[in-house]
Amino acid sequence: MKADVGAPVAPAAARPSLREAIGLKIGGAAEYVVIPALALAASLGLFGLFVALFGKNPLDLYFYMYQGAFGTWFSWQNTLTRAAPLILTALCTALPAQLGMVIIGGEGALLIGALTATSAALAMGAAPPLVVQIVMAGAGMIGGGVWIMLSGGLRHYRGVNETISSLLLVYIALAVLNYLVEGPMRDPTSLNKPSTRDIGAANMIGTIPGTDVHWGFVFGIVAAVLSYILIYHTVFGFAARVAGGNIRTAKLVGLGVGKLILITCFLAGAAAGLAGTMEVAAVQGRVNANLAAGYGFSGILVAFLARQNPLAVIPIAILLGGIGASGGLLQRRLGLPDASVLVLQGTIFLVVLASDSLYGRLGFLRRRAP
Amino acid sequence: MRFANISRRRMLQTTAAVALGGSLPLSRARAADTTVGFIYVGSRDDYGYNQAHAQGAAALKSMPGIKVVEEEKVPETEAVEKTMESMINLDGAKLLFPTSFGYYNPHMLKMAVKYPAIRFEHCGGLWTEKDPKNAGSYFGYIDESVHISGIVAGHQTKSGKLGFVAAKPIPQVLRNINSFILGAQLANPKATLQVIFTGDWSMPVKEAEATNSLVDQGVDVITCHVDGPKTVVENAARRGAMVCGYHVNQSTLAPQAYLTGAEWNWEVLYPRFVKMFTNGETIPNFYRGGLKEQIVKVSPYGAMVGEAARKQADDVKAKLTAGDYVIFKGPISDNKGKMVIASGIERGQKDPELEKMDYLVNGVIGATS
Repeated sequence: MKADVGAPVAPAAARPSLREAIGLKIGGAAEYVVIPALALAASLGLFGLFVALFGKNPLDLYFYMYQGAFGTWFSWQNTLTRAAPLILTALCTALPAQLGMVIIGGEGALLIGALTATSAALAMGAAPPLVVQIVMAGAGMIGGGVWIMLSGGLRHYRGVNETISSLLLVYIALAVLNYLVEGPMRDPTSLNKPSTRDIGAANMIGTIPGTDVHWGFVFGIVAAVLSYILIYHTVFGFAARVAGGNIRTAKLVGLGVGKLILITCFLAGAAAGLAGTMEVAAVQGRVNANLAAGYGFSGILVAFLARQNPLAVIPIAILLGGIGASGGLLQRRLGLPDASVLVLQGTIFLVVLASDSLYGRLGFLRRRAP
Repeated sequence: MRFANISRRRMLQTTAAVALGGSLPLSRARAADTTVGFIYVGSRDDYGYNQAHAQGAAALKSMPGIKVVEEEKVPETEAVEKTMESMINLDGAKLLFPTSFGYYNPHMLKMAVKYPAIRFEHCGGLWTEKDPKNAGSYFGYIDESVHISGIVAGHQTKSGKLGFVAAKPIPQVLRNINSFILGAQLANPKATLQVIFTGDWSMPVKEAEATNSLVDQGVDVITCHVDGPKTVVENAARRGAMVCGYHVNQSTLAPQAYLTGAEWNWEVLYPRFVKMFTNGETIPNFYRGGLKEQIVKVSPYGAMVGEAARKQADDVKAKLTAGDYVIFKGPISDNKGKMVIASGIERGQKDPELEKMDYLVNGVIGATS
């Protein structure tokens, strides 16, 4: 996937006047807002038709979606809570994408990160909570980072397809988790729901004051902004994008491609590992099979919809969080099955991907002639 | 300025949509009504665990003044907390049934602390004294119904080989497995039970593979303990084996092969709870029972079930319903030869030792780990 963000270079055939140049620049930037917005509106329209086929009123649908996702303060918190893990897991796909790698194993990194973070917390015993939390975050990020680095290493040193290997590593991570939770790490009192021991209420990370949204949301935003700076405003990021554009050229000009791949994959996995840490430290308090809730897989969708741009990941994650939040209301008020939300997600995904072909073709955005 | 026009038109449409939506009646519960919320971890029509609860919820819909709201496929994460809050805040629910085992800790407990005026009822029997008083947990001794299935299976098997497709080797599942073979051995002392663990609650592919492999080994009656028995029932019937159902009545899936089955009876329990709630009585925080309390039941016998099987099964069922029958009565040894319940010891329905079961009794082929 190309890293195609920022204003495209204006064609330099004829020197445009200053006014025209500004128009082109604004028009180009506007494309990245207008086209996804049109795609979103189109998919909502299609979904409305789909719902109408079931004899439901599409206006009801839009109203309940709005109400469930953004209509009340409670709905907003619901949306942001759901968005928090998605920002981090989306980065797990978006970062390696800069190198032209398609990593879809964020779920595995999330699970391993949750395991390493929990192991660290349980090993620390009665240390001060802040210390435990910092160590947990570090351990979770290292665990997740190493997990995705495995895929990067296999790709670079052995030529193994990273998409396949990262996906297969998800199943290995799940098996490792089940083995540890049902075996060596099992809390003997967790009879019918095998789980690890609890990390302790004191070590739990709280919520953002005045809200129900846990701190994972803030960490996600920080991670997304840092990723954006890393990719678009550092030498490392530039090198990564060069390697992503053409790996031979990158090697020719002497870039350490192997190092780029390993570090990027580590950072990607660290983001997902942090998501896993937050699921333990802010929500579950322990590791058990509940953690495999598919956040890693939803993250792939977010990353692709955001066109692999770390900043765009934030609003897209909030959008998908909102769709998730409104899903319950659609079930309860309109009697739609749970799968209808998946239909909407699929529709958005397809329409946004199809809208890629519109870039540079919408005349009214290009020539804002006086 | 074509684009501006489109935008304005779309803008107008959107405004109209929002305005219209806003004027729609917000189907909120009226003050006189009681709204009850049900949350399922899987789909409502899974022929299994979730359908059993949905049938219980459906039984409430005919009660006057009761409004039921339902949400399915809610994972055991923060999502379920938000679903509970959404039902409370947006639907005005006063009584909630988060039905999946994993919803309890930490999710339902957290919500029970946050909303002390709302009543929470969880399926799993997990409530202890230190938990909030507005939270409750109920469960049924379904091993009693499984025991009846076992008796019928023991009579109907020709090969003497029975099969059990199980999710995880946890106490609840092991208790059902053991109860099934103990029932079968009443009819056929030489009966064996081959158990296969799939590793998780909903693994249709593995469940189908396990069923096929059991039939390949000569097993002719199969039962299961997974969230949705549909796969097992249909595959077993297709391969010519007979089946005992679980969770709900699956006889419509395989009328020729369905002997009987162990079912939940939430259709009786939920109206009972809701009546207590609307009458202002306190629902007991910890509520368990079996056939006697009508929390579980047995599917009607299939046409192929013989007279001897019906007689013995009905006999034991009558004793269980009267409350004077013990399934786990010593001497019982496990399948490694170790005595687990000594001679003369009776472990009745409510014995806490049974909650910690970690063995498979003699006659079961398989291992807990």
